[in-house]
Amino acid sequence: MSFLEYTVKSTPNGLRKLLYVNWALVILLTAVASIGFLMLYSVAGGSMSPWVEPQMQRFGMGLVAMFVVAMVPIWFWRNMSGLAYGISILLLLYVEFFGAIGMGAQRWIDLGFMRLQPSELTKITLVMLLAAYYDWLDSRKMSRPLYVLIPLLIIAVPVMLTLRQPDLGTALLLLMGGGAVMFLAGVHWAYFAAVVAAGVGAVTAVFASRGTPWQLLQDYQYRRIDTFLDPSTDPLGAGYHITQSQIALGSGGFAGRGFMQGTQSRLNFLPEKHTDFIFTTLAEEFGFIGAASLLLLYLLILLFCVITALQTKDRFASLVTLGIAVAFFLYFALNMAMVMGLAPVVGVPLPLVSYGGSAMLVLMVAFGLVQSAHIHRPR
Amino acid sequence: MKRTPKETEDSARLIGRRSLIVAGVMAGTGAVLAGRMRYLQLERADDFRLLAEENRINIRLLPPARGLIFDRAGTLLAGNEQNYRITMVREDADDIDEVLRRLSELVNLDMGRLSRAREEMLARAPFVPVTIADRLSWEELSTVAVNAPALPGVTPEFGLSRIYPLGADFAHVVGYVGPVSDWYLETTGDTDPVLQIPDFQVGRYNIEARMENSLRGRAGTKRVEVNAGGRVMRELDRDAATPGSDLQLTIDAGLQNYVEARMIGESAGAVVMEVQTGDVLALASAPTFDPNLFVRGISTTDWNTLNQDRYRPLANKAVQGLYPPGSTYKMIVAMAALEAGVITPEETVYCGGFTELGNRRFHCWRRGGHGHMNMIDSITQSCDVYYYELAQRTGIEAISAMARRFGCGVRHDVPLSGVVEGLAPTMQWKRENRGEDWLVGDTLNASIGQGFVLSSPLQLAVMTARLATGRMISPRMVKSIDGREAGALHGEDMGLHPNHLALIQEGMYRVNNHRRGTAYRSRTEDAAYTIAGKTGTSQVRNITAAERRAGVISNADLPWERRDHALYVGYAPYDNPRYAVSVVVEHGGGGSTAAAPIARDILLRAQHGDVPPPELYPADQRREIEDLHERLPLRPAPPVDGPTGGSSQA
Repeated sequence: MSFLEYTVKSTPNGLRKLLYVNWALVILLTAVASIGFLMLYSVAGGSMSPWVEPQMQRFGMGLVAMFVVAMVPIWFWRNMSGLAYGISILLLLYVEFFGAIGMGAQRWIDLGFMRLQPSELTKITLVMLLAAYYDWLDSRKMSRPLYVLIPLLIIAVPVMLTLRQPDLGTALLLLMGGGAVMFLAGVHWAYFAAVVAAGVGAVTAVFASRGTPWQLLQDYQYRRIDTFLDPSTDPLGAGYHITQSQIALGSGGFAGRGFMQGTQSRLNFLPEKHTDFIFTTLAEEFGFIGAASLLLLYLLILLFCVITALQTKDRFASLVTLGIAVAFFLYFALNMAMVMGLAPVVGVPLPLVSYGGSAMLVLMVAFGLVQSAHIHRPR
Repeated sequence: MKRTPKETEDSARLIGRRSLIVAGVMAGTGAVLAGRMRYLQLERADDFRLLAEENRINIRLLPPARGLIFDRAGTLLAGNEQNYRITMVREDADDIDEVLRRLSELVNLDMGRLSRAREEMLARAPFVPVTIADRLSWEELSTVAVNAPALPGVTPEFGLSRIYPLGADFAHVVGYVGPVSDWYLETTGDTDPVLQIPDFQVGRYNIEARMENSLRGRAGTKRVEVNAGGRVMRELDRDAATPGSDLQLTIDAGLQNYVEARMIGESAGAVVMEVQTGDVLALASAPTFDPNLFVRGISTTDWNTLNQDRYRPLANKAVQGLYPPGSTYKMIVAMAALEAGVITPEETVYCGGFTELGNRRFHCWRRGGHGHMNMIDSITQSCDVYYYELAQRTGIEAISAMARRFGCGVRHDVPLSGVVEGLAPTMQWKRENRGEDWLVGDTLNASIGQGFVLSSPLQLAVMTARLATGRMISPRMVKSIDGREAGALHGEDMGLHPNHLALIQEGMYRVNNHRRGTAYRSRTEDAAYTIAGKTGTSQVRNITAAERRAGVISNADLPWERRDHALYVGYAPYDNPRYAVSVVVEHGGGGSTAAAPIARDILLRAQHGDVPPPELYPADQRREIEDLHERLPLRPAPPVDGPTGGSSQA
C-alpha cells in the first residue's frame, strides 16, 4: 500500500481532474511539437506532406493518450508496471523473429496506422518497472548485492535485445535511463563509482591496445572513433555528415538564414534531415535564437518534471517522473550533442520534433504518467 | 507490506537529494550544449557561413567568342560558326536505348560516337548532359527540335566552332585552331581557366597560335547554385565573357588566292610585300591544305596523305623554307663591294667561264664565259666569275654584314609558326659550328648565294623591298587589332649611297627588260607596270669535274629531288616601286624558266588589282597566258564583311 492511497483523501474526481492537469507542461509540449511541425514543413520544401500531416495526427493522438493516462490514478499504473514491461519484452522478441525489415534492422511492428517500435516502448516500461521495484523494496535493503542484481537483470534483458537489432543508440538510452533510476532510488554511490571506473578503464584499454597484437576493436571501428574525434580526417566519408551538420549549424549564425532559406538542408547537404538531423535545419534557419529557444523549452519541461517529482510523496510517482525526465533528457542531449559534433553519430531522434510515430506516442504516454503523478499528488 | 513512516521519510529525502544531483547534471549538460551552440553559431558563424556558400555555389565558365580575322579589305578569313549539336540527359530519357534508336532514324549518327556517348551517360551522374552528335546541319537540328516530344532528354544546342571560309588559301597564314591537349598545356604552361571548358579551341598554328593572346578573349563566369549531388538548381548571376580581339591582316585575300593558285603543281613558296610599308600582301606556300580539317580533329587518312606527300604541304616554305639564294644574293655582294669601295661600277672583270683558286676551278654558269663584265652587265647576265672576284676583294665579313642589313640571316618578326633565321655565314660561325677555318673557296661559294648561305622567301622579299627603296622596310602582317592600327613602320633610310642603289636597280631593270637579261622573257609590255628583278638558280648537288667534262646533265633529265631550286626576286613598277615579290620553286630547274614567270604574273596581278589582261604580256606569250589564266582555279571575290567593308561583327 502506497503512501498516497491513504494520505490523499481529496483526489479530484471525473472531469474535475482536468482542472488539475499541469497545463503549463501541456503548453510546453505543444510548443516543442509545433517547432517540429514547422521544421518538417520546411524540410519538405514548404509542404504539409509527407511529414507534417501524419506528425500532427500523431501528436493529436498522443495528446489524447496523455490525457487518458493522466486521468487514471498513478497507483494503477504502478500495478500495471510488470505487465507493461512483460508486453514490451514480448514485442521486442517478436520483432527479433518476425519484424519487418526497415533500415537494415528489425525494429518495428506495423499496426496499420503507424509503425510501433517496441524499443521505444521499452524505454518507458523499463523505467516504470524499476520505479515499481524500488517502491516495493525496503529502502534499507536496496544496496545489498542481491537487490542490486535484480534491477540490473531487468535492465539487461531489453538492452541485449535492442543491441541485437542492432540499435546502439536505444540500447545506450535504456542502459543510462535504467542506471539513472537506480541512482535516483538511492543505490549506494560506490556501485556507480565502480561502473564509472570500469568504463574509464575499458576506454583506456581500448585505446592502449590499438596497434598491439591484442587490440580490442577492429581497425574500422578505430577509424570511426577517429572520424568522430576529428571529422576533417574523412571529409567525404563518414565525417561528411558531421562536417555538413556543423556547417549548417554554424552558418545559421545568431538570427538564422530565415524560414525555408537554409541552403544546407534545402540543397541536401544534410542527411536524415527530417529525423535525426532536424535540429541542424532549425539551427540553420532560425540561428542561435531558434536553437537556444528549443533547448530552453526542453529544460523547462525537465524542470516541471523535477518539481512534480519533488511535490509528490509517493516513491513510485517521483521515481517514474524523474526516470521519464532523464530518458527525455538523454534523448535530446544525445541528439544535440551528436549534430553539434560533441558525440558520435548514433541514431537518436530529437524528441517531439523528429518525424516518427512511436517515439512521439510513447513520449506522450510517458508525460501522461507525469501528469497522473501531478494530478494525484498529495494536497 | 508494512512500511514505517521513517523508512518512507528517509527514502523520500534520499530521492530528493539524488534528484537534485541529477537535475544539476542535466542543467550542466544543458549549459554545455548552449555553450557549443554559442561557439558554432556566434563565434564561428562567419567561417561556417563561408563554408556553406562554398558548398552551394559553383562557378561555371562561359567561353569567349574567338576574335575574327579579316584580310586588308575586310574579307573574313577566320570566323566562328554555330556548331549545332544534340545533348542528352539520362534521367530525362526513360529508356535511353529507345530514345537513341528513334534519334538515329531522324538524323544520321555516327555509331561509334553513339556507343561512346551511351557509355559516358551511364558512367556519369544521371543529370549531366552528354553530347551525342555535333556539327549537325540546321535541317537536322530542326528535325530533332520538331520531334522533341518523342525524344525525352534530348536537347538541341549550339556552341561556336572555328571556320576558315577561304580554306586552303590561308592555311599558311592564318593557320588553324585545335582542341586543348595535355601536350599543349605542358609546353605552353598556359593556366588560363578558360582552357578547362570542354571543346574549347586554341590556336595551334601560324597567326591563330602566335596571336592567341589577342584572339582568345576572356572567359566569363556564371555562378550557379548546386545541391549536394552537384545538380544545378538555379543561376545566381553571370559575368559575360569578353570576346577576343578582331584582327585585320595586311594580306589581300584576292592576291593570296591568285598566288596559291598560280603555284599549284609546284612545291614552292612566295611572298608579296608592299615596298613602302612592309605590309605582306600575300604569303603562300604550295601545295597547301585545308585548315578546317584540323579544327575538327584530322582523320588518320588525311594526316597520312598530307604527311607523306613529297611536296610537303604542311611545311610553310615561305617562312620555314631555307634555300641557298643563288644569284639573287648577288645584289648584296655588289652592294657590299660598292660600299666598301673595292670596285667602281665601270671597272670590268674578264669572265672566261671559270676562276682558278689554288688548284680548284670555280665555274661560271655559262660554260663559255661572259667576256668583259661591268657591274650592270654582271647583274643582267648573272655572271658568276665577276662575283668571285668581288667576293675576294670584299671579304665574307663585309658581305654577310651587308646581308644582315638587308634582312638575310635575321629572323623577321612575323606572327607565323617556325619562322627561320637563315644564315649569313661568318668566319666565326664556321669555326663554332663546323670546327674548321673559313676558306677563300667558301667566300666564293657565298658570293653566288651557294655554300653556307641560306635564306627564306620572306627574307628575300624583305631584301628586295629594301633594294627597291633603300629603306629598312620590315614585314608587317597584322594591320589592326580591334580597329586600332598595329605598329605601322616606316623604315628608316639605310644610309646607302644613292648612286650605288640606283646602279643595282638599273641592273635589276635590265634582267627583265634587256634582251640579254636572264628574265627577259618574263617582262611586261606596259611601261606603267615595268618589272625589275633577279633570277637565281641554286644547286642542291655537287657537279663533279667528270660530269662537267662530259657535259652537265640538264635539269629535265634529273630526278625531281636532285634538280636545282629556281628563285626569283623582283619589284614593280620600276620607277615608282610599290610591290616586291620573291618566289622559290623547289627543284624547279632554272630561275628564269620556273620562278620568273610566276613572279611576273604575281607582280602584274598585284599592280593591276585583278587577273592581268593579256595586253600586258609580250605578244608571243599572250595565247599561252590566256590559257593559263583560264585553267587557274581562282575563287570569285568573296563578300566583304569586315571592319573596313561593313559591320564589324555579327
